Amino acid sequence: MKFGVVIFPGSNCDYDTYYALKNIFKQKTTFLWHKEHDLKNVDCVILPGGFSYGDYLRSGSIAAFSPLMQEVKEFALRGGLVFGICNGFQILLELGLLPGAMLRNEKLKFLCQFIHIRVENNKTSFSHQAKKGQILKVPIAHFDGNYFASPETILEIKKNSQIVFRYSDAKGQLNEEANVNGSAESIAGLINKAGNVLGMMPHPERASEVLLGSQDGRIIFESIIAKLS
Amino acid sequence: MIDKKIIEEHNLTLEEYEKIVQLIGREPNITELGIFSLMWSEHCSYKSSKIHLKKLPVTGKNVIQGPGENAGIIDIGDGLVAVFKIESHNHPSYIEPYQGAATGIGGILRDIFTMGARPIALLDSLRFGPLSKPTNKSIMEGVVSGIAGYGNSIGVPTVGGDIYFNDCYSRNPLVNVFALGIAEKNKIFYAKAEGIGNPVLYVGSKTGRDGIHGATMASAEFDQDSEKKRPNVQVGDPFKEKLLVEACLEVMAKDIIVGIQDMGAAGLTCSTSEMAANSGAGIEINLDLVPQREEGMTPYEMMLSESQERMLIVAKKDKVEEVQQIFSKWDLDAVTIGQVTEGGRLKVRFEGKIVVDLPVDAIINLCPVYKRESKTPSYLKSETIIKPFPSPENYSKTLLKLLSSATVAEKEWVYRQYDHTVQVNTAFLPGADASLLRIKNSKKALALTLDGNSLYSYLDPRTGGKIAVAEACRNLACVGARPVGVTNCLNFGNPEKPEIMWQFKEVVEGIAQACSAFNIPVTGGNVSFYNDTEGISIYPSPVLGVVGIVDDVSRAVSPGFKKEGDSVILLGENKEELGCSEYLKCVFNMEKGIPPQIDLKEEKRIQEFCLETISKSLIESAHDISEGGLSISLAECSLLSPQKIGFSLALQDDMRPDALLFGETQSRIVVSSSNQKVKKLLNLAKKRKVKATVLGKTGGDRIIIYHSNKKIIDIPVNEAYKAWKEAIPDIFQVK
Repeated sequence: MKFGVVIFPGSNCDYDTYYALKNIFKQKTTFLWHKEHDLKNVDCVILPGGFSYGDYLRSGSIAAFSPLMQEVKEFALRGGLVFGICNGFQILLELGLLPGAMLRNEKLKFLCQFIHIRVENNKTSFSHQAKKGQILKVPIAHFDGNYFASPETILEIKKNSQIVFRYSDAKGQLNEEANVNGSAESIAGLINKAGNVLGMMPHPERASEVLLGSQDGRIIFESIIAKLS
Repeated sequence: MIDKKIIEEHNLTLEEYEKIVQLIGREPNITELGIFSLMWSEHCSYKSSKIHLKKLPVTGKNVIQGPGENAGIIDIGDGLVAVFKIESHNHPSYIEPYQGAATGIGGILRDIFTMGARPIALLDSLRFGPLSKPTNKSIMEGVVSGIAGYGNSIGVPTVGGDIYFNDCYSRNPLVNVFALGIAEKNKIFYAKAEGIGNPVLYVGSKTGRDGIHGATMASAEFDQDSEKKRPNVQVGDPFKEKLLVEACLEVMAKDIIVGIQDMGAAGLTCSTSEMAANSGAGIEINLDLVPQREEGMTPYEMMLSESQERMLIVAKKDKVEEVQQIFSKWDLDAVTIGQVTEGGRLKVRFEGKIVVDLPVDAIINLCPVYKRESKTPSYLKSETIIKPFPSPENYSKTLLKLLSSATVAEKEWVYRQYDHTVQVNTAFLPGADASLLRIKNSKKALALTLDGNSLYSYLDPRTGGKIAVAEACRNLACVGARPVGVTNCLNFGNPEKPEIMWQFKEVVEGIAQACSAFNIPVTGGNVSFYNDTEGISIYPSPVLGVVGIVDDVSRAVSPGFKKEGDSVILLGENKEELGCSEYLKCVFNMEKGIPPQIDLKEEKRIQEFCLETISKSLIESAHDISEGGLSISLAECSLLSPQKIGFSLALQDDMRPDALLFGETQSRIVVSSSNQKVKKLLNLAKKRKVKATVLGKTGGDRIIIYHSNKKIIDIPVNEAYKAWKEAIPDIFQVK
């Protein structure tokens, strides 16, 4: 089993994700360079957080045109696991692998803080080790995390149980205050219909050690690892 | 021709001009004059501060690089070094807050990775005018977004710092940025231009007309036309710099370059002449080869441009292609524009002609050094006296008022705009006494803090300097870190005014005394003079950045109370000192009096004792007493505790209750300890000759303080939390 972390120009959580996989979860992990056309036979592709191409245009929009993204798209269509975190989620939306788009946070400020998410669907490759309704404490750090989609799309993703994580308070209640960035349906994590592509705004790689204030993010990586084993 | 008017416009005196003529044996041309105006500016030459800075202790067994390089370097063990520095970006941030602050971040980060270190932390010390004025609010919003915009994008966490408000900063805000990186001890890079014939490469962004005269601007007072200087402020591109970081670190990992220098203030001029001067060599460059963003730029404009995100590299002769390949991988220009030469001259060609031919020694080393006149300020007489004032009727209300004052209030509104968790090292979130960053694959952590109270320095500069060092070190002691190195940013008014020079001299003396007493070296820093607008100077504002090491990160201690029923213990002694307190300012609108005094030996004893109790796991929490005094510090221990644990305590000292609650007497720390460890702690205190007083217990949901058996403070923790937490968001009307 091997993980691949893609480096785009401007990625800044590439090393963090690599560190978590390699040092904490003891997985074979390799970096993938955006200009190449080689996925190096990995079993799971991770698009890390950051500001790809400075995010000077819409977040993630230019990275979606990187050469390697052709391979990533084909890999996803063949059923390979693709996991986008933060900027990675934005790139997956721009690639069209996930439906919807990201708007600027409702209060128009960058937000870096620990928040809580509730596991809505624990039948996915990325969440099967969690209990449904489980609350995870994980940090966010983004400017454009306000998820938006048309009412038809929202209906569709709800019908298909594509919402994997929702922003909630510490007790699991959904409310305006807990939905820090103003996302439609409090969506924090979304999976494609086929169930092999997940995007989420919070950073599980920053919540995988006691020292960093939470280990709740581990369950996501552990789900992927168990699935691939 | 160079005439008097041109010389003045270049901020040089006639005497300085004559010295230039004498040094180079002829009149300089306009480009050459521009070069001297930059390198002999106060900002680049330290001509007024040099003789005083010599007092600072700069050596120590862990010092690998002291002042004079891009950044200081301290050995942190395990084959690693910490590379760190603080710098000001005050003037640009007043004129154009977003870009001023953003390029400040870009500049300080370049100083760090130029030396081969990957930047892992940013902190910033900010000073604004009161937020009751709309302009101050908009400056603060711009500065905070600028820091966030640059730091978040480049992926270096902003993990801490401090913010103070005072009217003296209304027209001269301070933006001091600190960065720290980690490098391998045997892979440090310097600004060297060695090896005659080695190629000089220009890498990074293209050169434009932005930022011409930035360093000169930073070396003069502002007047009402300062707004017009907006074009002098550079524009930052964090994405470009992120590519530069990665490309430079990749190049440095191979044995293919000789030296590297960033182009910060004074751009091409500074980097070429400094690299040459450092190695006793010369450099020749051809401006026609410099990547340019605009057409028709003159040699003057190119040499003086402060376009951001550029570096100069001296490569090994046969490795140019390899260097270029790496930069091209990161989509960056890397162009050979010249070579290292013999003879110590800076030669610049443009359209086939030599347009600059100067001895680098004259540019870098022979700038006049001034021993400027200094005079005890006349304001001290009247301002250090406090007229009698009444005690408040309701201390609980006073405590709430202080908790919601901008200087004391919770700053989450600010720091949640900064990515402070990227790079997965942040062990303490902002708001603790010091920021704590673990070192990967080791038990150790680095603790970082910035500190400096300018009112203390205004009314007793020497004490202000001492306290800035002492308090920063106390912050470190509270988390369990030993201080290992200091960097300082000294923000003052116009040094040509004798009263300002006196403030400077005294502050430096205070810093020197404290650093010597604590045995910590100063490894560099920055002096920012001319912080005056329309003749009004800021308070003398030293900002001290101190780096400490925690040997075992799992033992580090945070300020919040941990559990109900723990004993609360005061280390140190209460004294009746209300001068220069936040209390006087906030409640009586008085910025007067003599600041609290400090005995450095006693301070050191308290800090060492605190460290010892942490290493022996005798305490659960520790918090320094500073602005707002004992009651604020105690309240913060509640507010910073995850469960918001209250307390009930009794103070016995025979003195004015307001002095006891809000006085800012130094050398005090509040700790909490599990009951079974209290006896051990008190015995140890006795042995170490430290005064330790049990004040009471944590618990409940109220903040309660008795004085001489009378309840003088009683507030629900929730109410205190609300006052403290919502003050700043309320001002900005966003939550």
